[in-house]
Amino acid sequence: MGAMTITEKILAKGAKLKSVKPGDLINSKVDIALANDITAPIAIKEFYAVGAKKVFNRKRVVLVPDHYTPNKDVKSAEQCKILRDFAHEQKITHYYDAGEVGVEHALLPEKGVVVAGDIVIGADSHTCTYGALGAFSTGVGSTDLAAAMVTGEVWFKVPETMKFVFNGKLDKWVSGKDLILRIIGDIGVDGALYRAMEFTGSAVSSLSMDSRMSMCNMAIEAGGKSGIITPDAKTKKYVEERGERKARYYESDAAAEYFSVTEYDASKLEPQVAFPHLPENTRGVSEAKNIKLDQVVIGSCTNGRLEDMAVAAKILKGRKAKKGLRLIIIPATPAIYEASMKKGYFKTFVEAGAIISPPTCGPCLGGHMGILATGERALATTNRNFKGRMGAPNSELYLSNPAVAAASAVLGKITHPDAVK
Amino acid sequence: MKIKGKVWKFGPDINTDDIIPAPRLVSTDPKELAKYCFEYDRPDFAKNVKKGDIIVAEKNFGCGSSREHAPIAIKGAEVSCVIAKSFARIFYRNSFNMGLLILESEEAVDGTSEGDTLSVDAATGKIKNLTTKKEYMARPIPEFMRNLVADGGLMASIKKRGVV
Repeated sequence: MGAMTITEKILAKGAKLKSVKPGDLINSKVDIALANDITAPIAIKEFYAVGAKKVFNRKRVVLVPDHYTPNKDVKSAEQCKILRDFAHEQKITHYYDAGEVGVEHALLPEKGVVVAGDIVIGADSHTCTYGALGAFSTGVGSTDLAAAMVTGEVWFKVPETMKFVFNGKLDKWVSGKDLILRIIGDIGVDGALYRAMEFTGSAVSSLSMDSRMSMCNMAIEAGGKSGIITPDAKTKKYVEERGERKARYYESDAAAEYFSVTEYDASKLEPQVAFPHLPENTRGVSEAKNIKLDQVVIGSCTNGRLEDMAVAAKILKGRKAKKGLRLIIIPATPAIYEASMKKGYFKTFVEAGAIISPPTCGPCLGGHMGILATGERALATTNRNFKGRMGAPNSELYLSNPAVAAASAVLGKITHPDAVK
Repeated sequence: MKIKGKVWKFGPDINTDDIIPAPRLVSTDPKELAKYCFEYDRPDFAKNVKKGDIIVAEKNFGCGSSREHAPIAIKGAEVSCVIAKSFARIFYRNSFNMGLLILESEEAVDGTSEGDTLSVDAATGKIKNLTTKKEYMARPIPEFMRNLVADGGLMASIKKRGVV
């Protein structure tokens, strides 16, 4: 049996094989199969079309209507109703509606639905987030998801792994978001196409769980199949406090083979900003000069967690968003919402002139709750800045971490957090 | 499986929001989605695309979201196949699952211009540019994947071939 990476070990377990190697085609069991209000309606239609009657396991199929909720119009309400009816009929354990719903990739880890060692597929490209828990997780389309809802299985090609090592002490304003933006800037939006990305090194170990999740969340923006961080004491504490199943912790063998190994001196990194219209257009924030903003959004499956709210509150405390700038803050789940309220962040946000949104994907995909007009420019803590992603086709979107976003909201232009006096 | 069609040429990293913008995802109907295919990037596409037309694009076609609405919209527009230098992973899988034929060939992309007419043989991977009279090879599509396209997608194929 050859040496394996953490990803290969998890996939071998899923396929009930002693070992796997890159390029192997395997049939694997699925621990969690996830869909949302955009992707589930197609999967549900296909589920019935093949004559299926019951999902493989009602505790393992997860449905989260988070994209167009609260429903923005009749059509989106109809789509959510398809999920609701299906969830009730199939007695789905993890179906979240109304005041229980949150942004899926923040909600599932928080609720303990995903644990270390899991194999997760989700009909949402940012399903790769759960690599931060030491799970193999990847995005699929509705059809693959429909098949897995019926069989509890999915086929994979075992990916090669690219290893990214960050050593050194991070600047206080640099987070997991900045590390992943730097990688995407270096390798491009297809730099990790078909491959797994493994993040390691002392700087990665120093990241909080929230920050590790934002890092793995954006593996897809480099074309990656998955992103993963080897579980450590922080992971175990997080998973064991909430996990509803027994976790399994894996790590890469010292002799495991990688497609590539790239090392970074993390101490030299400043906060990063992705310029329009691709996440690979990444530069240090010091290079963003005099970029005036109409809107700032802090939220999403990338950066809508409690730590992100805390950073925003720290910078906004006693300050105001620039007059006329629309600052929209979206706590990603009801628990994050409640904690933000109890910790006094909401008072800070309201006094800063921010709009506090209910948990939703909302403006991240240009859906609703903060859309840009023609020619407008925004900075967001979200994950994609494709042309027209947040609204009008010729609007402009920049991406950053929450500290840069909050500071930029105060000054009305993209700025380093230290520039806020 | 042989195809002939006129080329719509696209650049690199065409993402799923380019193919079908998120505000249009409130439907799953192919004809409805086709009306907004490339709405921002090529506003003339939906109006002028003809049955059998072929999309030819540079690298990483279909990057971004996992939305199956993207291949559904292209199929709804009655495009016969997409040829690119490379495809994003989820889009690649989704396309065959939806019964949309896609082929990878760097040389065919480099040798094709907007408005050219191509003929494509999916079984052999042979691509002929009938405008320039040049021939190229794509990676051939194995039979089981051609069957997915012929049957109209994975679920239709499962049903037809009696797996469930």
